[in-house]
Amino acid sequence: MKPDDTLAGEMQRRGVSRRAFLKYGSYIASLMALPPSAVEALAEGLAAARRQSVIWLSFQECTGCTESLTRSYSPTLENLIFDFISLDYHETLMAVSGEAAEEARRAAMAANKGKYIVVVDGSVPMKDGGVYATIGGKTNHQILEDTVKDAFAVVAVGTCAAFGGLPKANPNPTGAVAISTLVAGKPMINISGCPPIPEAMTGALAYILSFGKLPELDHLSRPKAFFGETIHDRCYRRPYYERGEFANAFDDAGARQGHCLFKVGCKGPVTYNSCATTKWNGGVSFPIQSGHGCLGCSEPEFWDQGGFYRPLSTPLGAMGPALAGAALAGAALGVGAALSARSHQKHYLASLDKEKEKE
Amino acid sequence: MELLAFARGPALTFSLAIFVLGVVWRLVGVLALPPWHDYSPPREGAPPNWLAAIRAVFRKMIPHKTFLKDGMFTTINGYVFHFGLAIVVFLFVPHIVLIQSLFGVSWPGLPNGVITGVGGLTAASLLGALAYRLTSPVLKLISRPNDYISWLLTFLPVATGLAATAHVGLRYETMLALHILSVCAFLIWFPFGKLMHAFLFVLSRGATGIRFGHRGAQL
Repeated sequence: MKPDDTLAGEMQRRGVSRRAFLKYGSYIASLMALPPSAVEALAEGLAAARRQSVIWLSFQECTGCTESLTRSYSPTLENLIFDFISLDYHETLMAVSGEAAEEARRAAMAANKGKYIVVVDGSVPMKDGGVYATIGGKTNHQILEDTVKDAFAVVAVGTCAAFGGLPKANPNPTGAVAISTLVAGKPMINISGCPPIPEAMTGALAYILSFGKLPELDHLSRPKAFFGETIHDRCYRRPYYERGEFANAFDDAGARQGHCLFKVGCKGPVTYNSCATTKWNGGVSFPIQSGHGCLGCSEPEFWDQGGFYRPLSTPLGAMGPALAGAALAGAALGVGAALSARSHQKHYLASLDKEKEKE
Repeated sequence: MELLAFARGPALTFSLAIFVLGVVWRLVGVLALPPWHDYSPPREGAPPNWLAAIRAVFRKMIPHKTFLKDGMFTTINGYVFHFGLAIVVFLFVPHIVLIQSLFGVSWPGLPNGVITGVGGLTAASLLGALAYRLTSPVLKLISRPNDYISWLLTFLPVATGLAATAHVGLRYETMLALHILSVCAFLIWFPFGKLMHAFLFVLSRGATGIRFGHRGAQL
């Protein structure tokens, strides 16, 4: 595929009919909850899209986001790379390495100045001058600044990039920060999750390619199409929650009968993501369907919420010492108040006796 | 989620500690007061003190027939929101889970639909109590900021809890955080305002019963 080719032209060459292409547009549109009227516009937009240069930067991360993307159901990674985008730089997937890889990034930036999309996974360490993660002698912060300055848009993929994630978890030894805190003045999307749902990543990119703008975002800059509702609201176990039927442990009768996992720490009620609808591995399942509560991985600070198995309605920390101390202090104050009252009474009675003696 | 983490973390810990400190302080302070002595001989047929106390606690749950008609609304309405609050607080499963995490005891809960219905009734009943207080000339005259603050801090957890459940207003996690924070305010105020009657009513009724019983008065 040549850089100037449109996607429609490439599809035509591969024998993909217009009808099939429209069907694909419908799939993306329904995935993103777009109105039916947008289907044709999306398909037309995709058809007219030219090969989009994408530079993928990996910072403090575990490569789980890339692993997730490679399991994208539709469009597949192959489609994504060869049909939709030109993945000009991705340390894990690219064949070249070292200076040649860096040269590829610089070349892509120069050739697509102001047009390329920067996808980032991982947070950026800022403590001690950012020395905790360097590539080719440059800190993550330097690479990000250098790459983002001529970008069209930035997509922070994964909770580490979107909100700091695990590297930012208490005590945050590297001073990790989210990408949004370092990128100003550029259109930005957060596709959070640990890892994010692949369809959320590819769907958002497809939307940008089709319409040339960002999809509708929530207050955390996440596409509303994928992060507009909580897991709990769309969970198939929700009726059990409403009926008050819960699993009390992972191996009890409630768990075997598929009851709600709230009591074993499910964070679905406060987690916005489309796991319950889009699901994973081509729509096969998602964590709750597999018998484990939601960890809340697409929310900021999810790692520091007091433990994955602590129910949402319980305190974050241990209360015992604080309450025991308070009870002791209260008892001491109560005894003190009573002794004071007794002393006052004693003096009062003594004064009455004195008055009687005088009489 | 930051506000929710604050509510579930430091705010809940602090408010529960203040609640425990205040309740223990006041209860120990009252129970350790000098014992009451009535040096007069008890009236013939007077019940023992413990029986007089228990009788008073239960008999005062229904107003004397002299006041029954005039006090019908306040009596029934009072029962509605007290029972409503008890059901919502102690039979909603997430609340039971909280209590279990603090004290290690739990019991079965009710379905959410029942809790929501009872919560709505409780909120309406609390609003009725406020309307009565604001329109009754006598009650209005004797009401103090303590009464209004106690009402507000009881109503807010109910209202925010209902709003969070029904997804009304702010996002769920924010509403949940506000609900917990409103409970925190309730807990902090509880020992030092009129809400403490939840514990003290037994002691005050009992003490009254002992005094009246000693003198042969029927409650």
